[in-house]
Amino acid sequence: MDANELLAWARGSGFDIALTIFVAGMLLRLLEVLALGNKPDLSAPRGSGPKGGVQTLLSRNLPRKAVFDREPLRIINGYVLHIGFFIVLFLYGPHIVLFESFLGFGWPGLPSGVIDAVGAITILSLIAALVFRLNNKVIRFISTKDDYVAWAVTLLPLLTGYLTYNHLVASYTMMLALHLLSVELLLVVAPFTKLTHMFSFAMARWYQGYQAGRRGVES
Amino acid sequence: MSAPSVEKGIQAIKGQIDAPVASFFSACVHCGLCAEACLFYTETGDPKYTPINKVEPMRRIWEREYTLFGKAKAALGLSKEVDADTFAEWETLVYDGCTLCGRCSLVCPVGNDISGMIRKIREGFAAAGYAPEGLIGASTRAVEIGSPMGVKLPAVQAQIKHLQKNTGLDVPIDAKGAEYLVLLSSMEIMNFPEYLEAIARIMHQAGKSWTIASKAFEATNSGIQIGVSDIAKLLVSRVVDAADELGVKTVISPECGHAFTAIRWDGANLIGRPYGFEVKHILEVLDEFVKKGLIKTEGMEDAKLTYHDPCQIARKGGVVEQPRNLLNRIASNFVEMEDAGEMNWCCGGGGGVSANERADELKLTAFNRKKAQLEALGVDTLVTACANCRLTLEEGLEENNMDIPIVGLTEMLAEYLVEDDKEQA
Amino acid sequence: MDDLTLSERLRQRGVSRRGFMKFCAATASMMALPPIMIPKVAAALEQARRPSVIWLSFQECTGCTESLTRSHAPTIEGLIFDHISLDYHHTLQAAAGDAAEHARDEAMKKNWGEYLLVVDGSIPLGENGNFSTIAGISNLEMLKEVAEGAAAIISVGTCAAFGGLPMANPNPTGAVSVSDIIKDKPIVNVPGCPPIPTVITGVLAHFLTFGRLPELDHLNRPKVFFGQNIHDRCYRRPFYERGQFAETFDDEGARKGWCLFKLGCKGPTTYNACATAKWNEGTSFPIEAGHGCIGCSEPNFWDAGGFYRALSLPHTNVGETILTAGAAGIAIGAAAAVLNRKRKSDAVDNRETITIKDLSKES
Repeated sequence: MDANELLAWARGSGFDIALTIFVAGMLLRLLEVLALGNKPDLSAPRGSGPKGGVQTLLSRNLPRKAVFDREPLRIINGYVLHIGFFIVLFLYGPHIVLFESFLGFGWPGLPSGVIDAVGAITILSLIAALVFRLNNKVIRFISTKDDYVAWAVTLLPLLTGYLTYNHLVASYTMMLALHLLSVELLLVVAPFTKLTHMFSFAMARWYQGYQAGRRGVES
Repeated sequence: MSAPSVEKGIQAIKGQIDAPVASFFSACVHCGLCAEACLFYTETGDPKYTPINKVEPMRRIWEREYTLFGKAKAALGLSKEVDADTFAEWETLVYDGCTLCGRCSLVCPVGNDISGMIRKIREGFAAAGYAPEGLIGASTRAVEIGSPMGVKLPAVQAQIKHLQKNTGLDVPIDAKGAEYLVLLSSMEIMNFPEYLEAIARIMHQAGKSWTIASKAFEATNSGIQIGVSDIAKLLVSRVVDAADELGVKTVISPECGHAFTAIRWDGANLIGRPYGFEVKHILEVLDEFVKKGLIKTEGMEDAKLTYHDPCQIARKGGVVEQPRNLLNRIASNFVEMEDAGEMNWCCGGGGGVSANERADELKLTAFNRKKAQLEALGVDTLVTACANCRLTLEEGLEENNMDIPIVGLTEMLAEYLVEDDKEQA
Repeated sequence: MDDLTLSERLRQRGVSRRGFMKFCAATASMMALPPIMIPKVAAALEQARRPSVIWLSFQECTGCTESLTRSHAPTIEGLIFDHISLDYHHTLQAAAGDAAEHARDEAMKKNWGEYLLVVDGSIPLGENGNFSTIAGISNLEMLKEVAEGAAAIISVGTCAAFGGLPMANPNPTGAVSVSDIIKDKPIVNVPGCPPIPTVITGVLAHFLTFGRLPELDHLNRPKVFFGQNIHDRCYRRPFYERGQFAETFDDEGARKGWCLFKLGCKGPTTYNACATAKWNEGTSFPIEAGHGCIGCSEPNFWDAGGFYRALSLPHTNVGETILTAGAAGIAIGAAAAVLNRKRKSDAVDNRETITIKDLSKES
């Protein structure tokens, strides 16, 4: 298969299959979780559950000082990683076109050169995250194959995107094909790894926050 | 009624997994920040105490029982089993190395309630026969005798006699229609009798009717600590039944951590219906009394002191401001330790750890965290509001040759109480 | 048919030596040859005798011929074209019918092994090749026959090079490219729909000068013309870098000449000389005229998902895919949910109450 054929497949069947598995897979995981139910709390409430849920959805975006002081670099790196990833994914013109095609609306993007720089920083941040994972005894202890797979499938789209944009390694057509294929790999793998956290984090924060809000305790 | 077994344990854990638990496992990204919040990890440096690691057996069960992908993995032999070895290996992590303090739950970036999961997983360990000796003993005594320390009513009555002699005040027993039902913890009855005396004087001054129940004077719930809901329900029902029978308006939970959790949050869910009465922690009641002007204080303690937040009362109970309101009235040199309030560090003895002799050494190692907090402050006195914390802290201080007396807040407040001079016969 | 050399012919037409050298310099530089080669190009072209060229037109629209031969004023490229002995060309030849076929046979016999075969249009294989015939002979047969004695083959236009428009989904005539049929002759693909005129003459000039075809890429296209993509030479590239895109064909961005990526420009994946050599003697090219590149020099450009669909978009309707996948997910999820509920309620219902007697392993 040459670059043109690979690109055509990636933009055709490849994308269809990958997106289908992603959407169906994530919905499956969501319903598997919800099916297990949540018994109502019969204790006398002191505050509001929904308010606690919303508050916790927001509060966990920032680290507690006590924990931040113990691992500042690792925590900051986590922010760089996520924020960089979102900027590259959501604020790059060609990507916005994709979202617009099924959302029906778009939004302004950042200059492509800025995205390139942010992409580079994010790649470095991901590499740093791997270094942290391998060197920190706690994380190394609790890490499984899943963590490394998730890392790899997250790195590849960023890396291939960067290489494509900068016309490195192979022809633009081939690099674009590889970039799309790496995105498709990410989509296919995501529902079966910890990458489900992109949706389940909200559920977890809500559940704990709801209970905490109801009890009038910190969350 | 049957012998414990691994099968029973697994079934119990299966039944404990609900949507929140499933969402927690789905959201965990192995960031390891929970370990940084757990004093058992920070003081031992051993990564096995990482909170999310403590519930790994539950995760395995969740994955293979409740996810299609997990079922497929299991069918292909690609996932780890949960068997007797698993239970044996994890027993000390789930019991000895965790006080259910909840600090991990507060710091998890994706919002996982890990300590809640550890509480749940104990159901499986107990059902499989992997609960610690000390906790089995405590639960047995609690169920059969009425108190985990084996304290019986006569002991309480003896205390009351002392009290009457000292203060001339009566302690009502089984008084129907009293406004408040006061509960006690074995620890208080045995080690800190000043508590009951303080209660008596405060209630008298406030002019409130109160009583203790002969069939349910014990607040401590060993069932919560060992993690067996059936036993927890049995124990809490004694209190609920007594409160219903006596028709009290409010049940007061004493200076004990898990007792508060048991009666305030778990009780209604254990018995399957809401209460017909309110539940308050003694600090909440005292704060109320002071704010309403029902009791007044005079004078101040000028020794440099600090307050240790019992986990179940502050972080898990939401009673954070009240002790500070009260202390600020009676202490002129009250300084806060670092991380005071909701993020305070556990004493290391809660959640059943202090009843588990096997965990003594680990508990003392964990105490180093509290030791560091205290050394940084250089205080003369330590105030707290949980008898178990008090005991654990006293042990730790002694082990480290630190001469800091500990006092309960209620007892301290009573010292500065302005009382009318009438003596009751 | 006279036997003049190219330089003699040009002199006859009034082209000065200086003009001729200018042409050689331009040709050499377009083919990325060093200046030292200019005299060589001149010498070779000067002496070039008229090579026999047989031009076969198959399933085509004649656009390639139009592009190459239409000019408002005679150009030197046109003269070069005149210089070759075009012994067979449907559109341009005077003869017709049997006379034309006879001319072809004659040229083939006389120059066997030395003539150049130029093909435009795809070759249909359907219905035994009968979708397109000339004088009762199918394109397939004629191609095989003529290719046998050719020195080299030039596939002009995307149809001959890659199958082009007739090959677009569902390919009702079974169209294929020249390379799909002829495997044992050197083939140069000069794609484009149509190709740029100077590209054709550049290839011819190279052949005349060196007696062999220029360096080719993996798709057998001359690297010198097809080695760079449009994106890299596009004058609107700074706008792409700055993230300034035209959203519609008449918005402010379009009027300001911003990047046409969002309007479907395939510049990044299209390799051709349009952005530099341009069209109509360097007048303009599609992007400069305000329309995105349609990728016409690439294989399957008709089936690449739509001219107005940006490169970052898949061919398919993303919204529809999501909804279908959503329905599937809900269905599977519901089934899994029912299973989960059952398992959980079994675990809860079958749980035996635990008393203090059930706690010790030894008891």
